[in-house]
Amino acid sequence: MSEELHPFETFLRKEMIPHIWCDGCGNGIILNSYLMALKDLNIDFNKVVTVAGIGCIGRVSGYTKTDSYHTTHGRAVAFATGVKLANPELKVAVISGDGDLFAIGGNHFIHAARRNVNLQVICANNFTYGMTGGQYGPTTPLDAWTSTTPYGNVEHPFNLIHLAAASGAVYVARWTTLHVRRLTESIKKALQKEGFSFIEVITPCPEIYGRYNKMRTGIDMMNWFRKASEIRNYSDPAKAEITPERIVLGEFVDIEKPSFGRLLHGMTAKVQEKMKRGNR
Amino acid sequence: MPLKLWRKPLDADKIKVLHGEVYIIKERCKGGKGCNFCIEYCPKEVLEESEEFNKKGFHPPRVKDENNCVLCGFCEAVCPDFAIFTVEKNCEGGC
Repeated sequence: MSEELHPFETFLRKEMIPHIWCDGCGNGIILNSYLMALKDLNIDFNKVVTVAGIGCIGRVSGYTKTDSYHTTHGRAVAFATGVKLANPELKVAVISGDGDLFAIGGNHFIHAARRNVNLQVICANNFTYGMTGGQYGPTTPLDAWTSTTPYGNVEHPFNLIHLAAASGAVYVARWTTLHVRRLTESIKKALQKEGFSFIEVITPCPEIYGRYNKMRTGIDMMNWFRKASEIRNYSDPAKAEITPERIVLGEFVDIEKPSFGRLLHGMTAKVQEKMKRGNR
Repeated sequence: MPLKLWRKPLDADKIKVLHGEVYIIKERCKGGKGCNFCIEYCPKEVLEESEEFNKKGFHPPRVKDENNCVLCGFCEAVCPDFAIFTVEKNCEGGC
């Protein structure tokens, strides 16, 4: 059509595009906001590591032109902790799904948040296990239909915001893929913060989750987000549960706390100094 | 429909409304019944559905009226496939 190039052309691995995500999927929008945030902050791409786990959203590690790491199932946060401690100069962003971060990798997540490792975690919450065929997971809402709960889900879902805030994350926010501008601002804020920041992004999954729940297209799911979402900044995370009628969005926690890397490297330097002087 | 301005703003002649040119990378688009985010969420209704097929069998959107585009960039932000973007139109000779 023209010689004009897409503004993110240089940020993507061209041989991998177009991506494998379904039409109406929101994962591309999350990747888009992440790249927008990196572009706006003018971060050197050689200083960013994108770590992703297993799942549909896990493929972002192959699509971004930053250094990237496609890790084993559930261990994205664990691998990212290693990367960050080995080279504190790097910015490490974990982009993964709800099944990867909270089902198999739940322990890694809460302990990284407790230690306050300097990581930026972006969780794409699509309420189900998309890649394996729509089984119910830890974030599937009560009474929702999935391929393994044909009469409705009987388990209560996680409130990810409450979990992250209680575990000790310094920055916690939740947005949907419809709130692209606010999401980008949030990612920018998280990338500049020291410590463990967590952003939950609610993303449409019309092919796998929506079709069982009377939302067959991406627009149906996005319109549900538009209808149900309420922005309540700094409200109580315990009351931010996702129900079909109400999705509470906003920034929930924004505090300052020394990070694990800073404390660890400070302690190492102190002990080495002591050893040099010869008194243990 | 936008609200009708009942009074002219004081700085109306100082504010310059930008105009955009819309570029669609048709082969990347996964538009059609399944996606269509750019058509649905364009605040100025610049785009519309088309019958045209691309190589993958999807229907990329068509520009209905480019003069309406005010360069908000929301289509670019909300496109999951990096298939649409806008650049500022050169309006020196008038748009």
